[in-house]
Amino acid sequence: MENGVKLISGALVTLAIATASLVVMPYLQLQDVPPTPGLKPYTEVELRGRQEYIKQGCMYCHSQQPRDPSQAPDGERGWGRPSVASDYYYDRPHLLGTMRTGPDLMNIGARQPSVDWQLGHLYQPRAYAPGSIMPAYPYLFEVKDAAEPGDKVVALPPEFAPAQGVVVATREAQDLVAYLLALDRTFPALAPLAAAPASAQ
Amino acid sequence: MDIPTLLLSSFVIAVSALLFFIWSLRKGVLDPDPAAAKVIFSKGEIGRVEEPAVSAASERELQRSVTAAVPAEADADELQARLEADRSASRPAFVLLGFAVLWLLVASFAGLTSSIKLHEPDWLTQYAWLTFGRIRTLHLNAVAYGWAPMAALGIALWMMPRLLKTKLVGARFAIAGAVLWNIGLVIGLVCIALGINDGMEWLEIPWQVGTLFVVGGALIGLPLVFTLRRRKVEHLYVSVWYMGAALFWFPVLYLVAKLPGVHFGVEQATMNWWFGHNVLGLFYTPLSLAAVYYFLPKVIGRPIQSYNLSLIGFWCLAFFYGQVGGHHLVGGPVPEWLVTLSIVQSMMMIVPVVAFSVNQHLTMRGRFSALRHSPTLRFVVLGGMMYTLSSIQGSFEALRSISTVTHFTHFTVAHAHLGLYGFVTLVMFGAIYFAMPRIVSREWPYPKLIAAHFWLVTVGFAIYFVTLTAGGVLQGLAMLDASQPFIESVRVTLPYLQGRSIGGALMTLGHLVFAAHFTVMALRRGPQRNEAALLRPLVQAV
Repeated sequence: MENGVKLISGALVTLAIATASLVVMPYLQLQDVPPTPGLKPYTEVELRGRQEYIKQGCMYCHSQQPRDPSQAPDGERGWGRPSVASDYYYDRPHLLGTMRTGPDLMNIGARQPSVDWQLGHLYQPRAYAPGSIMPAYPYLFEVKDAAEPGDKVVALPPEFAPAQGVVVATREAQDLVAYLLALDRTFPALAPLAAAPASAQ
Repeated sequence: MDIPTLLLSSFVIAVSALLFFIWSLRKGVLDPDPAAAKVIFSKGEIGRVEEPAVSAASERELQRSVTAAVPAEADADELQARLEADRSASRPAFVLLGFAVLWLLVASFAGLTSSIKLHEPDWLTQYAWLTFGRIRTLHLNAVAYGWAPMAALGIALWMMPRLLKTKLVGARFAIAGAVLWNIGLVIGLVCIALGINDGMEWLEIPWQVGTLFVVGGALIGLPLVFTLRRRKVEHLYVSVWYMGAALFWFPVLYLVAKLPGVHFGVEQATMNWWFGHNVLGLFYTPLSLAAVYYFLPKVIGRPIQSYNLSLIGFWCLAFFYGQVGGHHLVGGPVPEWLVTLSIVQSMMMIVPVVAFSVNQHLTMRGRFSALRHSPTLRFVVLGGMMYTLSSIQGSFEALRSISTVTHFTHFTVAHAHLGLYGFVTLVMFGAIYFAMPRIVSREWPYPKLIAAHFWLVTVGFAIYFVTLTAGGVLQGLAMLDASQPFIESVRVTLPYLQGRSIGGALMTLGHLVFAAHFTVMALRRGPQRNEAALLRPLVQAV
């Protein structure tokens, strides 16, 4: 090969083809997909919590994309129906995730709707899930001698509670839990309309 | 027309067009020994080894291991020209490689910390910036935007004038660019540590900070483009194709990925993996292959076996690799055609990989004993083999049947390290061992440290890869078995995660040895062995 211009233009054409197929085509195909009926926009608190989810890097261990029963028993584990593109209508950035060091969280709000459980689990995961390797997040909580008015006190099993004082959730922890509880896509997906044209053939 | 037919026909058309394009670039189809493969040698130099990483005596051993004949002395004028080419690039290359070594250490400690945290979840939990989600991300970004690009671009800057037989033009731009890039990286890593983060894997650094990468990267790329225009060779050598293309590919990838406010929902996920896979396939991989294609033939003094194979390898990589990213979303809520396309192209990647591997093997054939005498060759050849392994593994991992087990598990992490560590990092170590003596005009002060580095990182990485791969498979199988609770898929990985930490600790130790050796050499300390490791004669009495 002697021609530098031919080299660079050839290289850019191949990348253009790749970009067209992996970025532009999905953009065109998905831009007009409406949200799944029943999907609600995140509230301000939930959006703050979503930011907290990103800040702590939850998506590096938790996916948000249950797979089809024909591929994996995600549904049997209580992770919910296979997700479809319209479930992510309000998601910017997307948090699909690539690891399941921990379980899928697409429907954690439906599976574990207790605020106290969620807060206690963030404070010390092993208090509720023996054998878990999830990090504890003590820095999202404060240990106080006594709760003040308006404080959210975390109920903990006695062996995991501090020797003295009470554990109080910071606003960050409460936002994060608000977001986790909002993760509930148990309504039907209307899969035949939304995702079928390609897979049904 | 239905979608499978449409996909199939567009695939056939595209591949035919690609083959026609490759054919159009050919000269002398039946010529087994084209001049283009010899362009890295000066007149009379074929058959002469070149290995600046060892002492003159060891280099003569290396020469004897390659050929019994006494090599002719190369043309003095051409060697002088190469000396000047080396000198013109030595300062920017030194700056970039220095930064690279620094980031290698940062990344090693961040990686080791995250590895330990996975089996000791209550260790250091009090500090937000050390939580697994952040320290793991610091590790990835220090490798992805620190060690790998700094090392690869430093080596590219250093190789380019040699390959084009001219001087590097505009070295100052590269130095300024490297400084800007690294300022950007420091700010970016601080942002991640504080939790300010764009939220997508590989693209965490906020786009506002990313503009520094764009400007810095362009400044590093400029001298390469200037130099390309001043070339004094007719043929562009294989390495130049890879480097030239990578330098244009990366900015497109980064700019499209970081466009604020454009991407949404699932489309963002496909874009995320278009970027995540292409930054490996169209940036680190071509830059590292460029190094293999240069250093391997150069060290053993023998042109690459087949110019045709390298041509096929390059264009097939350019065409197929760009479209494989969708295999990260097998089973996900993305359009089915996209995943199928990516799986097909992942399998097609076997073509360029086999082309490269056959070429490497045929070039090395009969010369494997040279591995004993050349540290550059040891790292580069082993790295090349890891490229073959990781690519073939990746192709099969894209298949639905295998992805179902390995996706979402530590298996993928092991695979990613086979590519970015086993291949890219090992090749860069080899390249640095070759280039540094030319850059600082001094030999490596302690040859034993090179051996220690090699064995620490190869043994460490073998432990890392084997344990994590096994753990990942067990994890995947446990997760697919609905009769077992989820926690079983966690419990089963624990001994393997501990094994990974042991491997990672050995690798980190190896990097410490390497960094210390690099520093001693850069500061001109340690025993002054021989004269400057320049173009010394291979035959004693010259």
